[in-house]
Amino acid sequence: MANKSVLGLFIDENDAGDALSALRKAKYQDNEFEIMTGSPYPHGTFGEAHPKIKLHRFPIFGAVIGFSVALIITIGTQLAYPMVTGGKPILSVPPMLVIFYEMTLLFAVIVTILGALFESRLPKIFMGAYDERIMTEGYIGVVVTVPKNRISKAEDILKKSGAESTKRGWEEKKDRK
Amino acid sequence: MQEHQHLSDKEITDDLVRPVIRSDKWFWSVVGLLGFIMLAGLSGYVYELYSGLGVTNVSRPVYWGAYITNFVFWIGISHAGIMVSAILRLTQAEWRRPITRAAEVLTLFSLIAALSNILFHVGRPWRIYWITPLPPIFIGFDFARGIWPNVRSPFVWDPVAVGTYLLSTILFIYTCLIPDIALVRDKVKSGPSKIIYSILALGFRGTPRQWKVQATAPILLSALVLPIFVSVHSIVSWDFAVSIAVEGWHSTIFAPYFIIGAIHSGVSGVVTLMAGLLWLYKLDKYIKPDHFDAIGRLLVIVATIWFLALFLEWVYALYPLEDPEIALRNMQVFQAPWSYLGLLFLMTGFIIPVGAWCFKSVRRSPMMMFFTTILVNIGMWLERFLIIVPGLSRRTELSFNWGSYSPSLVEMGLVTFTFAFVICGVIVFARIFPLIPPFDIKEGMRFRQVIRVGKKNISAVVRE
Repeated sequence: MANKSVLGLFIDENDAGDALSALRKAKYQDNEFEIMTGSPYPHGTFGEAHPKIKLHRFPIFGAVIGFSVALIITIGTQLAYPMVTGGKPILSVPPMLVIFYEMTLLFAVIVTILGALFESRLPKIFMGAYDERIMTEGYIGVVVTVPKNRISKAEDILKKSGAESTKRGWEEKKDRK
Repeated sequence: MQEHQHLSDKEITDDLVRPVIRSDKWFWSVVGLLGFIMLAGLSGYVYELYSGLGVTNVSRPVYWGAYITNFVFWIGISHAGIMVSAILRLTQAEWRRPITRAAEVLTLFSLIAALSNILFHVGRPWRIYWITPLPPIFIGFDFARGIWPNVRSPFVWDPVAVGTYLLSTILFIYTCLIPDIALVRDKVKSGPSKIIYSILALGFRGTPRQWKVQATAPILLSALVLPIFVSVHSIVSWDFAVSIAVEGWHSTIFAPYFIIGAIHSGVSGVVTLMAGLLWLYKLDKYIKPDHFDAIGRLLVIVATIWFLALFLEWVYALYPLEDPEIALRNMQVFQAPWSYLGLLFLMTGFIIPVGAWCFKSVRRSPMMMFFTTILVNIGMWLERFLIIVPGLSRRTELSFNWGSYSPSLVEMGLVTFTFAFVICGVIVFARIFPLIPPFDIKEGMRFRQVIRVGKKNISAVVRE
């Protein structure tokens, strides 16, 4: 069954936290609801699940790729087009180290950025239920994404927990959380 | 930080996104003026392209002049931008919040300005791609380019390093900008700009996962960008230092000397920018005298280390008592106009600003910091000029080889172009994206508290 999302907007951190507790009590799973804020809050402010990210692994992958690319560019190309200058060796390691160093770091940065997008689950084309006041006015959004038959109950829970307003979102074919 | 003024999320959004939503009265006139200066400079470049490098005053033996001086200067400015941002992020210094993005953006535009000088300097800029390795298919297209770049040349290291730095800086800025692009997306009512911001924001919604990545990624990227920053100016210095033909440049201290010089001029550039932003956008709620004070103290330390490196460079040059070195130093100290320029460099680059920064009242005054940091960068531009031109003037025993240099009108025009470009770039960036990150300020505001000790209220920051 296709999923629908409903958003509750809260002014107070405690109310948003209470909404999450009430949703858990009503048997909604942690992957069916999430909190949205316009700026970072300390982890656990709303009793939300601690997101696990493994971003620190990405620079290492990137560095390995970058080092390999640098090896191919410097050694491979010089051997492919050998040009002896002043009787010096074709492959001179010290200057190649400069290229190794830069390419290693460049690819580490690029892969870290790709990792950051992956771990943020971005780009996200279908934003589901969302309200602009979350970013602009500091409202706290609690969005519940569940099959159609459970959406009304979720909306009631959000209202009872003190949501200033609720809003239904676009239909999502699949939960992308 | 002793000053505290609590602001709501809405107030912060309104203050910091306002320049993006609507132009200030001065915006178009300032951009128009800077655009005119840039056009005037670029017309000189068109003339140079048409007539050749003869319209510059570089000639045997001084083949490097104002363009290369300007290249090293802007590379230097670009360094401290990202250094200030990266170090403050890594150490989680609370006072970083209003400064980091401006510093990063300064880096971006100064790097582009630096690279433009290479285009101005080379005789055939349309062959600039020769410095990059290309797949064999392109070699058939350009037969003259039947070889690969010589990785033994510093002129191949340079574009690799600067290109790495530029690309990393762009990605770094964009990653940290995503939440603020999302904020502008939500603040803009409708129209094409709404669509563009929506695409750039990538669907950012501010989930805990996304904020956690936003907290982690800049720290990881800072740790990666800092070694790039160190390598870039080292490699720029090796353009000079690995040359055995110019005695004044063949020095082992050049890499650290250039790096600390870059930090000195770059941090000063950040202060100049901060003061400019404070006045232009009336950001006195966010950029406070405390920020100038903190960065002023940092500058005293950086300037002193730089002065030590300058002193050591002279000691190492004079200690072997080699004739060409002594002739060069003699020229720098006793022969006009180099002696006057050298004196001006010392006064503006160190003696006047550092003397002034010893006073708290100067450090806490945006106006004084603005002028003293501009003095530093006048001095640091002259420093690079005094390394390059007298070094190449070849005061060796072969007097037929002697030469001198003064920039031509075209060169001065293009140097002016780079300054107008960087100022214009930062102003236009601030018109498109918030130059002070609202989400970072909001987070900082959340962790601030006023605690009462006896009869005194003290501003404190709670850290997770």
